[in-house]
Amino acid sequence: MLRLEGLSKTYEGGIAALDSCSLEFARAEVVAIIGPSGAGKSTLIRCINRLVEPTAGRVVLDGGDLTAMSHRQLRRARREIAMIFQEFNLVERLTVMENVLSGRLGYVSILQAAFRRFPPHDIDAAFALLDRVGLEGFENSRADQLSGGQRQRVGIARALMQEPKILLVDEPTSALDPKTARTIFELICGLARERGLPALINIHDVGLALMFAERVVGLARGHVVFDGPPAAVDEAVLTRIYGAADWRQTLRREEPEAGAGSARREAAS
Amino acid sequence: MTAQAGAARPARPRHWRKPPLIPNPALRWGLIVAVLAYLVWGIGDLEFDLERIARGIPRAFDMLGQMVPPDFARWELLLDGLVESLQMAIVATAAGAVVSIPIGLGAAANVAPAPVYWLSRGYIGLSRTFPEVLIAIFFVKAFGFGAFAGVLTLFIASTGFVGKLLAEEIEAMDPGQVEAVRATGAGPVHVLLFGILPQVMPRFIGLCIYRLDINLRESTILGIVGAGGVGAVLYNSFSRYEYDFSAAILLSIIAVVLVAEWASGVARARIT
Amino acid sequence: MTGTRQEAGGRPPRVWERYSRRQRMWQFAAYLGGVMAIVWAATAMDIYWPFVLDAPEQIGDLAGRMVPPDWPFFLDIVDPMIETINIATIGTLVGGLLSIPVALLAAQNLTPNKATLWLARVIVVGSRSVNELVWALIFAVVFGPGPAAGMVAIAVSSIGFTAKLVAEGIEEIEPGQVEAIRATGAGPAKVLIYGILPQIMPVIVGVMTFRWDINIRQSAIIGLVGAGGIGITLNTAMNSFAWREVTVILIAIFAIVAASEWISATLRKRMI
Repeated sequence: MLRLEGLSKTYEGGIAALDSCSLEFARAEVVAIIGPSGAGKSTLIRCINRLVEPTAGRVVLDGGDLTAMSHRQLRRARREIAMIFQEFNLVERLTVMENVLSGRLGYVSILQAAFRRFPPHDIDAAFALLDRVGLEGFENSRADQLSGGQRQRVGIARALMQEPKILLVDEPTSALDPKTARTIFELICGLARERGLPALINIHDVGLALMFAERVVGLARGHVVFDGPPAAVDEAVLTRIYGAADWRQTLRREEPEAGAGSARREAAS
Repeated sequence: MTAQAGAARPARPRHWRKPPLIPNPALRWGLIVAVLAYLVWGIGDLEFDLERIARGIPRAFDMLGQMVPPDFARWELLLDGLVESLQMAIVATAAGAVVSIPIGLGAAANVAPAPVYWLSRGYIGLSRTFPEVLIAIFFVKAFGFGAFAGVLTLFIASTGFVGKLLAEEIEAMDPGQVEAVRATGAGPVHVLLFGILPQVMPRFIGLCIYRLDINLRESTILGIVGAGGVGAVLYNSFSRYEYDFSAAILLSIIAVVLVAEWASGVARARIT
Repeated sequence: MTGTRQEAGGRPPRVWERYSRRQRMWQFAAYLGGVMAIVWAATAMDIYWPFVLDAPEQIGDLAGRMVPPDWPFFLDIVDPMIETINIATIGTLVGGLLSIPVALLAAQNLTPNKATLWLARVIVVGSRSVNELVWALIFAVVFGPGPAAGMVAIAVSSIGFTAKLVAEGIEEIEPGQVEAIRATGAGPAKVLIYGILPQIMPVIVGVMTFRWDINIRQSAIIGLVGAGGIGITLNTAMNSFAWREVTVILIAIFAIVAASEWISATLRKRMI
């Protein structure tokens, strides 16, 4: 489905954020990408849809080489790659509905976009998604009136609005309090499974990663240093990724809580 | 309807329109109609018709054609005008700076007694409301053509400008320092010299340099209404259709204005 | 000066000085230069000093002839006053519309390449460095005297100011919001409409409101060079020494300038 071949990125000034990473994502599964700050997690995710231009290597999605595409072709390809951001990145001064509908921008004309005349089936899908992420009735609120958790729910709805083939998620919970973070993370994983979507999730909370992911990729200094199931993550692996520390607390496995989608709990805050 | 996204769609599509800025439809449409009506009437009032545009565009190109290449042959006339503009700006700024200190003190609510405050504020309001050119044309009528009318104009504008901003500085200063000086038993003059002025002096000099920049800008055009400086040369070249000379003057003015803006910025950055 | 002499076995005597020697030399040079410039400007300027000494008397004389205002004349200036407001308002709208593409090219984070950035900068500098009155002079030649020339002059002189401030606003937008829209596969036009315009809309409206206030002031004077509005009436009244009519015109100008300042300030405060 998605294959990364020798993907590298060197920023101006010679900082090698990503050094020849090769990964294969063949199934619809939730992949957690963990690693310390500056390990290249964000760069890896952004190189896939070329928000960051990789300096070397290839990104192959369903047989098409994204790195070889023209701008026009890339825009078509991006329609099928959805992204969820750490800082939510909603257009703050637009309504929730406009933000969700912006997931369809790749499919409508410029005039339709300018006058917000999206086709009726897009409106239907947007309402259904808002209900699903727990924001029914919020469609006319402005994005800057929402709490952090609610904003990320809009971000999720916008991403799924694209009806993507793959979901890229960049630190979805770092800007949230621990409880909201967990709810949002569960929601993302749940939706990805529900829709049979492969999801690549950058996350620095190892506990959450081990709890919800089916596969864990460990990144350190731009290299892939671990790739395997959560069960295989032990103290030695974490030391390889993050360096030496007491990892016993982190590895005390918790059982995932049942019942996702509790938007209202963090809504009031 | 089920909560599952995309699963079952309702029989009839749901509608969504962006909520309008003005919810009341009567008010909204009333405003839209009023604005459109104003635009139609206002543009009509400007006597702007296609014929005028059609005649104007070739004339604009004709004028532009005559402007290149600019003619610097009479550079002495041009230089004289620029030097006079510079002199006007310097004298007006210096005199304005001196006079703006009492005005600034008078217009600071934390220093001045009420009658002085209102008098100073009134003067500032009056001098800032009228455009410089208007004051200049007035002085030209009173004193005849020449640099004096221009200097007086810029002087008045400077006192209002610097006075107002100086007053704001004084109002924003730290009252503790003034109290400390007063506590040593100093009289009002000493309070002024050691408590107030040291606090606002750097900003005051910065304001004066900023105003010098503005005055130089203005002094290049006051000549259009006869108040001295390079503007008179520019106006004459226009009325004699010597557009190549006009272009030379305009380029020189732009150069002087840009250099002044740059120098003023550098000088102010050094002070503060 | 600074005590550098080492006392045997002890510390050098402590001396307090506010500035270092280097700083003081610079300061001295700056003061000296400033004083010399003022002396040069004041003495070299071509001023007929008897006029200066005569000034208070002349102004008093003129003021005497200006009162009482010729109140019925007010009815005659209603039309030119409305024309003045129209010139300013429509000029601001036209200039604002034209300034948006310039602002997009002048913003470092959006401009496609160096050439477009410099093109936009040349437009901004050209529009800003040439005074409104000079633009009015030029367009009065191009389109013929009248309010149309004034409106175009106001529009052209607004482009630089508006574009510069809007470009600064664009440089401060949040890149994340734009990135998210790009990630959905939207092209440049849709990114502009959806990701950028909503962010800069408040800036555009605020800057244009601010500029409208300035333009009211300017459109009151461009009539002096034939570009329409109340300035023409003022010029006529002055040339025919109808000083009591001039007073009425000045009061009217004062009123609309003060009103526009208040409206503009109130609107901008509301928006924030």
